[in-house]
Amino acid sequence: MLDKYGIAKRIAQELEDGFYVNLGIGIPTLVANYIPEGIDVELQSENGLLGMGPFPFEGEEDADLINAGKQTVTTLPGSSVFDSATSFAMIRGQHVHLTVLGAMEVSQNGDIANWKIPGKMVKGMGGAMDLVASAKNIIVAMMHTNKEGESKLLPSCTLPITGVKCVKKVVTNLASLEIKDGAFHLLERAPGVSVEDIINATAGKLIVPDFVPEMKID
Amino acid sequence: MNKVFANAKEAIVGVEDGMTFMLGGFGLCGIPENCIAALVELGVKNVTCISNNAGVDDFGIGLMLQKRQVKKMISSYVGENAEFERQLLSGELEVDLIPQGSLAERTRAGGAGIPAFFTPAGYGTEIAEGKEVREYNGKPHILETALTSDFAFVKAWKGDKAGNLVFKDTARNFNPLMAMAGKITVAEVEELVEPGELDPNFIHTPGIFVQRIFQGTNYQKRIEQRTVRPKI
Repeated sequence: MLDKYGIAKRIAQELEDGFYVNLGIGIPTLVANYIPEGIDVELQSENGLLGMGPFPFEGEEDADLINAGKQTVTTLPGSSVFDSATSFAMIRGQHVHLTVLGAMEVSQNGDIANWKIPGKMVKGMGGAMDLVASAKNIIVAMMHTNKEGESKLLPSCTLPITGVKCVKKVVTNLASLEIKDGAFHLLERAPGVSVEDIINATAGKLIVPDFVPEMKID
Repeated sequence: MNKVFANAKEAIVGVEDGMTFMLGGFGLCGIPENCIAALVELGVKNVTCISNNAGVDDFGIGLMLQKRQVKKMISSYVGENAEFERQLLSGELEVDLIPQGSLAERTRAGGAGIPAFFTPAGYGTEIAEGKEVREYNGKPHILETALTSDFAFVKAWKGDKAGNLVFKDTARNFNPLMAMAGKITVAEVEELVEPGELDPNFIHTPGIFVQRIFQGTNYQKRIEQRTVRPKI
C-alpha cells in the first residue's frame, strides 16, 4: 500500500519533459518533490506564477510571493508572474499540459467532486472548476477509501460535482486506474496490494485485466 | 487632472451604503490594506464585496465582516475565515461562490466592455443552474456575465501620479482586472512617484483605469502560510 508520498512518487512518473503542470493542494503538491532526473517541467500556480520554485530559505520569505495554497514560495530563472485572467487563460486555453488534483469522490464516467460537503463545508471551489473543465489531462491523487472505509471510486458522485467527465486517471494508495468508457480500468496494483483488495475497495464499475502489474516505486 | 489623494480616508470619499466594491488580492497577498481600514473606520454598511477571498478573521475583508458591513460576498474561496462561515450558515450573509477563472474573466470582461461570454468552467455543476448552455467545438459551455463595481480598491507596488501601476510578484493577481472594472478605481501604492519615473514599457495597469491614487502607509503584509526551508 502507498502512503501520500508514494502516491506523489507514482504520479511524478507521469511527467514528461517540457510539461507545464498545475498541482493542486494536498498530495498533488508533493509531486513537485519527485520530478524525475532529466525531466524539465514548469509548475503553474493559478494565483499568477509560472515556474514556481521551492520554499524560500528561512528569513527570505516574501508576503508578495505565494502559491495558490497561500504558502510562501520562490521564483526560478525563467519564471514569470501575471494577473489572474492571464493565469486562467493558460488553464482554459489548454496551454497547461497536466493538472493533478485531490478529490473527495470520482465517478466511473470521470466526474469529480472536491469542493463542497452540503451543510458542512462551505469554502468554495477556488480554481478547481476551471481546471477540471479545461485541462487536457487530469490525474486525481487521493486515498481509495474515506475515513469511514467507504469507496471514493463510485458509480456516480454523491457530493456536488466540480466537473463532468474530466478525470482520465486516478492514483490511490491501492492502485492506478484509467477512466474510460464509463468504467475504472485497473492498470497497476500498489506494492503489496492484491487485486482482491482493490475490487473490494472500489464501488464503481471496475474492469480488471488478466494480468495486473505491481507499480514500480523507488 | 489631479488623481493624487493624501490618504485612504480622502481617497474613498463618495462610498455609500449598499454599494458594490471590488477588492484586489489573493488571500492576504496584494490586498488594499489602507482602503479596507478606512472602510472599516467609516462604517459603510450593506455593501457587496467582490473579492477572490474574504480575508481571515482579524485581517483583510475579515475586519469588515466583524463589523457586519458586508451584505454579500462574491468570491471563489472563503475557507480561511470562521466568522465568514458563521455568518453564512446563520443566514446573515449572502454569498455567491464562483469559479476563480470565471471571477477573473468576468471582472476583466466588465472592464473591457464585454457583457458576457461562454466558458466550460462549471458546466454540469450546481453553479450552472439557470445559465444558458451552448455547445462550441463539441463541448458544452455556460454563459457568464460581466462584473463591474461602484468602487474598485486595488493595491500596487509602485504607481505614478498619472495612475500608472506596477505590481510585484504574485501580489498582482486580481488587482489589474479590478482596476479596469471599477467606476471609480482607487489605487494604493507602496511607492508613489512622479510621471516619467516608471518605464512605460513595464507598466502593468495604464493610468486610464485609475481615478484616484495615494501612497499607502504601515503595510502589514501578513503571511497566511509561512513555509520555508532551512538555510544550508
